[in-house]
Amino acid sequence: MTTTAHGAPRLKTSAMIASFADPGQRTAPAPFGHALAELAEQDERIVGLTADLGKYTDLHVFAERHPGRYFQMGMAEQLLFGAAAGMAQAGLVPFATTYSVFAARRAYDFICLDIAEPELNVNIIGGLPGLTTGYGPSHQATEDVAIFRGMPNLTIVDPCDAVDIAQAVPQLAAAPGPTYLRLLRGKVPSVLDEYDYSFELGKAKVLRGGRDVVLVSSGLMTMRALQAAEALAAHHVDAAVVHTPTLKPFDEETVLRELAGDRLAVTLENHTVVGGLFETVASALVRRGEARRVVPIGLPDQFLDAGALPTLHHRYGLSHDRIVERVLAELG
Amino acid sequence: MRAEVAAGRREAVEAAAYRIRQHALAMGEVQGQGYVGQALGAADILAAVYADQLTYRAEDPAWDGRDRFLLSTGHYAIGLYAAFAEAGIVPVDELETYGSDGSRLPMSGMSTYTPGMEISGGSLGHGLAIAVGLALGLRARGNAARVLNFLSDGELDEGSTWEAAMGAAHHGLGRLTAVVDINALQADGPTAGVLRTEPVAEKWAACGWHVERVDGNDVGALLAAFDAIAARAEGHGAADGDGHGAPSVILCDTRVGRGVQLLEEREKAHFMRIEEHEWAVCREQLAVGYAGAAAEQAGEKVSP
Ligand SMILES: Cc1ncc(C[n+]2csc(CCOP(=O)(O)OP(=O)(O)O)c2C)c(N)n1
Ligand SMILES: [Mg+2]
Repeated sequence: MTTTAHGAPRLKTSAMIASFADPGQRTAPAPFGHALAELAEQDERIVGLTADLGKYTDLHVFAERHPGRYFQMGMAEQLLFGAAAGMAQAGLVPFATTYSVFAARRAYDFICLDIAEPELNVNIIGGLPGLTTGYGPSHQATEDVAIFRGMPNLTIVDPCDAVDIAQAVPQLAAAPGPTYLRLLRGKVPSVLDEYDYSFELGKAKVLRGGRDVVLVSSGLMTMRALQAAEALAAHHVDAAVVHTPTLKPFDEETVLRELAGDRLAVTLENHTVVGGLFETVASALVRRGEARRVVPIGLPDQFLDAGALPTLHHRYGLSHDRIVERVLAELG
Repeated sequence: MRAEVAAGRREAVEAAAYRIRQHALAMGEVQGQGYVGQALGAADILAAVYADQLTYRAEDPAWDGRDRFLLSTGHYAIGLYAAFAEAGIVPVDELETYGSDGSRLPMSGMSTYTPGMEISGGSLGHGLAIAVGLALGLRARGNAARVLNFLSDGELDEGSTWEAAMGAAHHGLGRLTAVVDINALQADGPTAGVLRTEPVAEKWAACGWHVERVDGNDVGALLAAFDAIAARAEGHGAADGDGHGAPSVILCDTRVGRGVQLLEEREKAHFMRIEEHEWAVCREQLAVGYAGAAAEQAGEKVSP
């Protein structure tokens, strides 16, 4: 094992697919794959497609249970989404998987014109959203939401955990138009079942109340926000957490209601601060004529380093201790 | 009939390939898993390129007169770092930082991190398009450097590869060579089951390329293919003095894990896990295999 100058073990990038779960955290295996396989038992229109990433997006679980409804398209993302459009036109409900970067960057034109414009029921499943791999810019989808938010008709879901994913899958299929899911795969943490919560497409939910701070978050940052809120309590800071898994259309009503007072407002997203949750919240506020400060916690507007995921989450301020630090600093 | 490659030249490349494999195993062991199978499979290609074919200055990787080697397939960086060490571009000692925090040698090859790395290639299917532009640009500037692009068979799935293939032929890029590692493997399993790309040679030929197809783990055959391309470039073929002519591709059929029996025989995996106790076995098998092959060749020489 390599060591640093101080003799401490140097963290490794190891796998492209690194875990962001905390040691000992409760997890569920392949929640997307299981939910889709389950749904397909009841709805014969469901099909699964991938671009040489079936094993890496949990679609292999679906493939094993429904081999006749699984389509391997090869590492050809334009074909993947063009063909998904065609299948939807033929009356099927496709779930098409690849990594977020390849959906958002390489296949954008095909998703935009073949799927979103005709409002087809194609469900785009993007693995490795935001900073969930230490592999470097080729696989870090730091701007996927920014890219997709500009696409009319597209519903965007950023789930927090296995609970969100399992409950979202049938709702994505039921939604008539196209959707994009920021997939968490492998052993995915289960967090939200500890709260009085259920996923509802298009709805934000208050997970916990708090007098001093309101943390508005989506995706895995909701897990971090909940941890930060616990830790802040030890500093006698009472923090609320509002989870907004649907980023578009955005539940302005719930979020703006929560931002109405004078609590410190913070957005937390696993995404660049450009074009994601922070700007969604900020524009909603401005549109209603409400001027207030919002602290953005998110990735910087730059290409990120390669490295071990925990190192990078800490470096870029997504770890819960960095969140606590930031909130305390803002409170002064 | 093509000319036999001289034994001394072939043996020098085989020795380089052996060291590249040793380096790759050492790097793989640091991570405990990863793209070791690919690096071992491509070691003979990388050795032929860096120990025999490429013109470069190890101490000045940005020298304008250098031939350009573009690694499109970012995850093969482990193999290329090993070749860089063999070529003296990166110190051997540095290899143990592979894939670790703060290293110049990230898992996926990036030009912003590593001297000698021409492009950042992790999003597959970019290399050949950049190679086309580089070849066009160098030719326009009167620079006679060659451009080589290394691709994996998975990259043949991407439409962008074929756009670039047609573009290269259209522009007559006679100094451009694509080297494709056909290891018959992709992320979800064997290439034949993911997206059938055969007949590959016919596809490149139909795009207007000169095609060589060789056993990519046979150094003699690899060198002969490079020689055949060089001969064309010198006027026996289509390329003229300005570098106009048909681009060339060498299709290399390789074996994942080549040189280490344990890995050659294991179920092929894109991202291979190797247990802690197996690394010593791997190193041993590599050394024994190399010594055995050398002895066999020596025996051939003396036998009547
Ligand atoms: C555009 C793009 N799509 C998908 C991927 C994810 N991916 C990484 S390697 C790989 C397999 C590609 O085939 P190949 O390079 O032949 O794999 P190997 O021989 O190394 O197993 C895939 C699909 C990628 N890196 N780039
Ligand atoms: Mg391959």
